[in-house]
Amino acid sequence: MKTLHNGMGVALDQIPDMNDATFLQTILDLTDHGWRVSSYFGAMTDGGLRLYALLSSKAEGILTVLTTRVGDPHFPSLANLCPQVHLFEREIAEQFGVAFDDHPWMKPVRFQNELPSCFPPLRERGTVGVMDYFRIEGEEVHEVAVGPVHAGIIEPGHFRFQCYGEQVFHLEISLGFQHRGIEAALLGGPHKNTFVRMETTAGDTTIGHGQAYAMAIEALTGTRASARAEVIRGIALELERLANHTGDLGAIAGDVGYLPTASFCGRIRGDFLNMSALLCGSRFGRGLITPGGIRFDLNATLIGALRQRLAAAREDLSNAVELLWNTPSVMGRLENTGALSEKDARSIGLVGPAARACGINYDVRRDLPFGIYRLAQIPVVTAGTGDVHARTMVRWLEAEKSMDFIEEQIGQLPGGAICTAGGELAPNHLAVALTEGWRGEICHVAITDGTGRFARYKITDPSFHNWTGLAFALRGQQISDFPLCNKSFNLSYCGFDL
Amino acid sequence: MFRAIAARLKQGHRTTRYPAEPVPMPDRFRGYPRLDASACPDGCRVCADVCPVGAITPGTRDSDPNNGPKGLGTRENLSIDLGKCLFCPDCSEACPRGAITYTNDPALAANRREDLIVRPGDERRLAQALEQKMLSLFGRSLKFREVSAAGCNACEADTNVLSTIGWDLGRFGIQFVASPRHADGLWVTGPVSENMKDALLATYEAIPAPKIVVACGACAINGGPFIDSPEVHNGVDRLLPVDLFIPGCPPHPVTILDGLLRLLGKLEGA
Repeated sequence: MKTLHNGMGVALDQIPDMNDATFLQTILDLTDHGWRVSSYFGAMTDGGLRLYALLSSKAEGILTVLTTRVGDPHFPSLANLCPQVHLFEREIAEQFGVAFDDHPWMKPVRFQNELPSCFPPLRERGTVGVMDYFRIEGEEVHEVAVGPVHAGIIEPGHFRFQCYGEQVFHLEISLGFQHRGIEAALLGGPHKNTFVRMETTAGDTTIGHGQAYAMAIEALTGTRASARAEVIRGIALELERLANHTGDLGAIAGDVGYLPTASFCGRIRGDFLNMSALLCGSRFGRGLITPGGIRFDLNATLIGALRQRLAAAREDLSNAVELLWNTPSVMGRLENTGALSEKDARSIGLVGPAARACGINYDVRRDLPFGIYRLAQIPVVTAGTGDVHARTMVRWLEAEKSMDFIEEQIGQLPGGAICTAGGELAPNHLAVALTEGWRGEICHVAITDGTGRFARYKITDPSFHNWTGLAFALRGQQISDFPLCNKSFNLSYCGFDL
Repeated sequence: MFRAIAARLKQGHRTTRYPAEPVPMPDRFRGYPRLDASACPDGCRVCADVCPVGAITPGTRDSDPNNGPKGLGTRENLSIDLGKCLFCPDCSEACPRGAITYTNDPALAANRREDLIVRPGDERRLAQALEQKMLSLFGRSLKFREVSAAGCNACEADTNVLSTIGWDLGRFGIQFVASPRHADGLWVTGPVSENMKDALLATYEAIPAPKIVVACGACAINGGPFIDSPEVHNGVDRLLPVDLFIPGCPPHPVTILDGLLRLLGKLEGA
């Protein structure tokens, strides 16, 4: 078994070639021992289709990559034994025409075209959103269909609720509307437009995905970003987390009809976005990161301004969020709503604040540290109840830790250049890069061909794991609580749809 | 209750005074570009070559005889298409002669696609007000139905910002509504993926006429970072008539608000 650290590359011939039985058994053994599947995907390398599984161990702080060749389009499914791979298998089926015959829930993922594969597509692409939905029959059972166009200014997705009166028995989520063909276009890359597409894979996570891509390229070119660049990347990543967590705290307050916090946080979120703009000109951190480092340095004036704005925003945010905990009508709506058990969360591979709200103590920044987090630890926050209240509380506590982190880092910025020039990408290599975006674990895996171009570039957004969690959390809830539950997860459609 | 009142007093009134007062923009914000082709050496196309989305036409000799209106090889042909531009730092960083610099002027929106092409020494061609009949209908109350058609959620986020207390879009009579039946216009973000095309067109059909269409952000105008991906339609104006183009990736909220106020005749001049 080949193990590696986050942000490392390995020659493809160093990865043991397993037969399918060993490959599958190893996945089961490792997940039984607490490893999680960070990514599992197909790739056309060495003339045929291979499956690659990337697993991570929190206990040991390492990753391992397993691979097997797929000679037959019928491949055994692990979804019944290891539910966290269920969606990865569906994705491989859609992208490469591999039939996982005993998969319990084989349906389209994105209604996308097949990627280049040695097997024909299993089904026609079809019309997005049109598939066999799970249905409950019976008197007084009814179905509610929502989307793709929703009431607010949000991304499109289709939701089917099976309801008994107000109670939701089952929610099924069908996505793919935001599919832009990102992975298909990456084949043969990197191209001129690759980095801007990484920044917009999920535009509210520009730094999270941008840094993961930069790390993958740095691993393949043997480049190391300077300590100064890594600190500024860390500051930008935490500002991104702060802006989004603040927005979510306000939106959760808004969804329970508590306007003071909703209003204040709507504005304070902008204060954090404007701090990113101070750094690089873009409220979303566009143009800040580049493979090898960053493109905008901090100077004494900016550090002073940033410190001052951060202190002001901290005061405003603490004041605004404090109101939530002291308002019984808000607590009454957040507590015991949309609860997800730790067992379920683990089995489906939930990540990020949603997982930590269920008591899963996992954070890439601490457990598979990258960049500045190798040197500066950030405390990980968890809660136990797995409900909307827990997801709200975890966001607030994480926001506090992020502000502490930025204040600390900004006072001890190391000297040095901000960007290191890189060379050609190593041919026939595989590189892994994980970051902790504000929604959770972001995983990028790059595989190069013999000429140093991408033979495969796999992106796994945290939302890929977490949409199933939202569907689970809705079971037994009032359908009127859907907006609140949805907001407490706040998942990405485009990050999922790619 | 008392805590909420105390918090209200502490947080104060902080809605932007725009357009009465300008919004302070950060120094590094990249807004309307300034082009100076006088120093462009013959045959140089560094800016065009680094642009990730093909927004730049180089100012000097080029093998393409259709390059610009002034014929082959004149420096005045240097142009940036703000409809494609992501306002990234690539071109300004790559040019050793400073031919392209970005000012921090956020006013960018235009009515016509061709008005988004910027050449050296150009007059600004910012958005003009709707014609009188439309203005009398929408001037004091304009409701939009937003459709995200493969947006990355950044245009959506900075459109949403306008409805927060920081911007208070409602004071201009502009509002985003849930039903297309209640809307006067369609607000599009995203490059229009193949998978969202039908839903977008159905939403447009559901809005009662007369209606307007706004393309918000580089994606909705011309595909943005996803330009020429076989999965997208390179923007909404291939499918529907567009009344307002708002450049940016994503546009700054003040760019959006500025465009809307111009469209409603509430703001004129540079």
